Amino acid sequence: MAVGRNVARKDGFPKVAGSALYTDDLAFPGMLYGRSIRSPLAHGRIEAIELDFDRTGFTIVDCQDIPGRNVVTLLGDDQPCLAAGQVLHVGEPILLLAHADRERLLEARVEIRFQEMPALLNLLESDHSFKDILIQKGELEAGWSRADTIIEGEYRTGHQEQLYIEPNVVIAVPEEGGVTIHGSLQCPYYVHKALRVLLDLPPERIRVVARETGGGFGGKEEYPSMIAGHAALLALKAGRPVKLVYDREEDMIATTKRHPSICRIRSGVQDDGTLTALDIEVLIDGGAYVTLSPVVLSRGVIHASGPYRCPNVRIQGRALRTNTPPNGAFRGFGAPQTQFALEVHMERIAEQLRMDPVQLRRINALRPGDRNATGQVMGPDCSALEVLEEAVRRSDFHRKRRNHSGSLRGIGLSLIYHGSGFTGSGEVALNSEAALEVTEAGVRILVASTEIGQGTRTMHAQIVAETLGIPYEQVETDNPDTARVPDSGPTVASRTCMVVGGILKRCAEQLKERLGDRSPQQYFAEHGSLKVSRRYQRPEGLLWDEEHYRGDAYATFAYSCVVSELELDPDTYQVKPLRLTAVQDIGKAIHPILAAGQIEGGTAQGLGYALLEEVVMQGGVMANAQLTNYLIPTTMDTPPIDVHFVNRPYQEGPFGAKGVGELPIDGPAPSLVNALRHLGLDLRSIPATPERIMEVACASV
Amino acid sequence: MRFRLNGQQRELEVHPMKRLLDALREDLGLIGTKEGCGEGECGSCTVLVDGEPVCSCLLPVAQVEGAEVITIEGLGGEHPLQRAFVEEGGAQCGICTPGMIMAALALGPNPTEAEIREGLAGNLCRCTGYTAIIRAVQKA
Amino acid sequence: MRTAISKLTLLQPASLQEALRMLDEEGPLRPLAGCTDVYVEVNFGTATQTRFLNLWGLPQLRYVRRENGILRIGALATFTDLIRSREIQEEAPMLVAASREIGGVQIQNRGTLAGNIANASPAGDSLPVLAALEAIVVLESRQGQRRIPFHRFYTGYRQSVIRPDELIVAVELPRTEGVQWFRKVGTRAAQAISKVVMAAVRSDPPRLALGSVAPTVIRLPRTEACLARGGSMTEAQEILTKEIQPIDDLRSTAAYRRLVCANLLARFWTDTHA
Repeated sequence: MAVGRNVARKDGFPKVAGSALYTDDLAFPGMLYGRSIRSPLAHGRIEAIELDFDRTGFTIVDCQDIPGRNVVTLLGDDQPCLAAGQVLHVGEPILLLAHADRERLLEARVEIRFQEMPALLNLLESDHSFKDILIQKGELEAGWSRADTIIEGEYRTGHQEQLYIEPNVVIAVPEEGGVTIHGSLQCPYYVHKALRVLLDLPPERIRVVARETGGGFGGKEEYPSMIAGHAALLALKAGRPVKLVYDREEDMIATTKRHPSICRIRSGVQDDGTLTALDIEVLIDGGAYVTLSPVVLSRGVIHASGPYRCPNVRIQGRALRTNTPPNGAFRGFGAPQTQFALEVHMERIAEQLRMDPVQLRRINALRPGDRNATGQVMGPDCSALEVLEEAVRRSDFHRKRRNHSGSLRGIGLSLIYHGSGFTGSGEVALNSEAALEVTEAGVRILVASTEIGQGTRTMHAQIVAETLGIPYEQVETDNPDTARVPDSGPTVASRTCMVVGGILKRCAEQLKERLGDRSPQQYFAEHGSLKVSRRYQRPEGLLWDEEHYRGDAYATFAYSCVVSELELDPDTYQVKPLRLTAVQDIGKAIHPILAAGQIEGGTAQGLGYALLEEVVMQGGVMANAQLTNYLIPTTMDTPPIDVHFVNRPYQEGPFGAKGVGELPIDGPAPSLVNALRHLGLDLRSIPATPERIMEVACASV
Repeated sequence: MRFRLNGQQRELEVHPMKRLLDALREDLGLIGTKEGCGEGECGSCTVLVDGEPVCSCLLPVAQVEGAEVITIEGLGGEHPLQRAFVEEGGAQCGICTPGMIMAALALGPNPTEAEIREGLAGNLCRCTGYTAIIRAVQKA
Repeated sequence: MRTAISKLTLLQPASLQEALRMLDEEGPLRPLAGCTDVYVEVNFGTATQTRFLNLWGLPQLRYVRRENGILRIGALATFTDLIRSREIQEEAPMLVAASREIGGVQIQNRGTLAGNIANASPAGDSLPVLAALEAIVVLESRQGQRRIPFHRFYTGYRQSVIRPDELIVAVELPRTEGVQWFRKVGTRAAQAISKVVMAAVRSDPPRLALGSVAPTVIRLPRTEACLARGGSMTEAQEILTKEIQPIDDLRSTAAYRRLVCANLLARFWTDTHA
């Protein structure tokens, strides 16, 4: 048996031994180093570029050197790979340099003259929307008329930096008529597709290898396509390999972050706590180019009404353009912002109704058979109530809530859900493929899913071993290489286990049939290799109407309830988290330690989002782009985290598994802010820094 | 300049102000020591110098003249800490892991949770929330 | 790494005398001890000097000892040395407390007290402690030694009386009566830069020093006098908020710093009440 056991992770030994090869650990003969020259302005026209250095040995690339189309191919095709005539945000790449000697590269002086243009830095002043979405359920007017009370509020969240500990790095190696990319990245086929367009090369001339990747969290979803494009342009022009590695400051200034948001909620409730209407407006700051903002907004609005069964709902969302670096994918993808707003709002409703916050959620929580805002009927694995009750019980919530009252200790909770896999018809459009290959030693997994720490290889190997009935050790895994693996889609959206793992399970079932009673090794000895591949198959009955945002937005949802206990320092307004209890339903933990690791890590990242992590934007650029000044939690900031699973298997998931990666980021922020509310602090924005808490505390005195 | 590296006497001819981190990675081929920030905040580049954890990104090689330097490669791979990190899920993406293990090495025997938290406060991890790392150190 | 290392020069003296000669004849040189500040600048490409003097090869400067009733701390004593020193634990417990909150263990193992002084940041964690303990900074050059009382050491933002030909060779801590009290308010629980640091001694008269609320670390003579004459806490807090000049910066706000300083003053006073 492999599934459900804590087998040794495939990449464990090399990582603890220091022998795992990350991209920056690689060197190629004749390799040059690259450097990006970026815009210092948030908006301007480029008038002249002067190269004020001895150009011997330099390779220099600008937008004129692009053989294909000057875009980073994604949703909008509006983002140039290198600025052509104008810049729309600080940090926008304009020119690329490469040289064998890093010191000469560093010393090269480039003067760019601009005509400065007015910059739009505040999303509330923007009238350029990348995407508008409207979700409607029931009749709002009917909801207002049935309500006893109407409660309104506005909630704000800031940027958040992914802060993978390994900064971005890509190496491009020119090959016969093409290029090979080695990089720290999440989505090898996104890079592959972007390079085809940028370089105007046939697909077989481009090879992308995802190397060992030191964390991603969404931050290496789309931006590596930009970096790989830069490295490839330099490498092809120079005819030599080029390494492009960002230092921490460049990484923080130039690359994507979580979208800041403003959510306005108007709710109707009856005296017993029943929600009758929710009218929600969601604004997110997309930055200067479309990138992934429409789909971040999409996930955000769909999650904006939370795991609650309100009959009358309207959700309006807009992703707005500003002259700031484009925001992009980050674990949670819009849902942390909107569920922060809703869960703080729910707490305010409970407060105004003088009601137990648990009881308010209990009354309104989705049950199997209920419909959420898009009209999706919740399946039998809908477990909002179960995770709520278990978290309340485990944390001794009610007793502590009473005992802490009047002290400096607070306790609060949040209840959230998170859709597994791509939104709407996304998985159908992706049409992902995975394959298995019989080898001398057993079976090899061929997928494009990357190992970014979450345990992809291990968990996939467990699913395959279990299905085939062979030892886990006989399943081989490797870094994805587009020359060898099919396009099983990007490693994002909590889809690697449920969706790609599901395709692999079907591959293994097919392979088992083909093998009969032979082991893979026996088969190989008799017949040589055998390859089986399968594509995504949409579960029966799922329907999605993209135009009206109606139907089954996700195959299923995972659920979580987070209880936070904290203590406030009355002198400094510093918050000391004492304990977090995270109860969730992920359907099935294929590898319990790895699954718990996702929850523990995501919870700590959520704690940073709630209390510490503030991107200070000044003039359209991150002013605190150092680890000294952008603060993520250390061991001393992170309390013990009690992780517990209440799993309700999803019939279509492999062994019942649903999505897990993003789930833990949604709950901690509202839970912690609600614990502060228990202390009488009316906070409606994050990060809840001591300065903000002080302002709120002083205002309420 | 001369120093002992992972138990062996080494000689190195590089600029005395080259960072120990770069000398290890580029001149000595020891890539297990990682760079995460270049400002002494993340601890990924932690090595032991005369038994004490230090950030090799903030150290000119001139200052290890005659010293004993131990990197992750010096542990061999079967050290109880390394095994415990694998078993308990202390390594996820793995980029902080070598530095984290080097810092953990300097903790005394049977450290309490509070001692572990204080001793590892100079090492940032973005994957684990530190829970599994603390468990691994306690187990080792 | 944003500095061209090959353009830098490192002088490596074998003795203190040679170091002083180099400073005198081959300067200007920037001394290097544990490098925890200087190498951040080297990494970021913001170091303005190109010539450096390596002090780490002078182990005779690494000590903590008691001499004629005072504690003498050598220029190369690291924060870890201070944390482990029985003399410091006994006589200057708040210096131990401050040292434990400086960076992580890696920084404590290399960073030196003298380096913290030389770096002259108004946010230097150990500096309010030295101000409240009325430390003496011992400077040495080929002309001889100068012993500078800590409150006269800094002359402005990142400015001090130290001459280019001088080195900090030691710090002296005179014996201090009274209960010591220290509090760092950092940007997070560990590895943090301070928003406010307060070091205080409940003696007669009491002593108060604050970091991160003015261009240099400061003592609060008028607040101290108010407390000494038995003024009310409210009055002392009012005076304190006039004695400091906090600013808004990347890490905090002036309003926060002002209120927290006032709160810490009250906390100090009640915590150390006999």
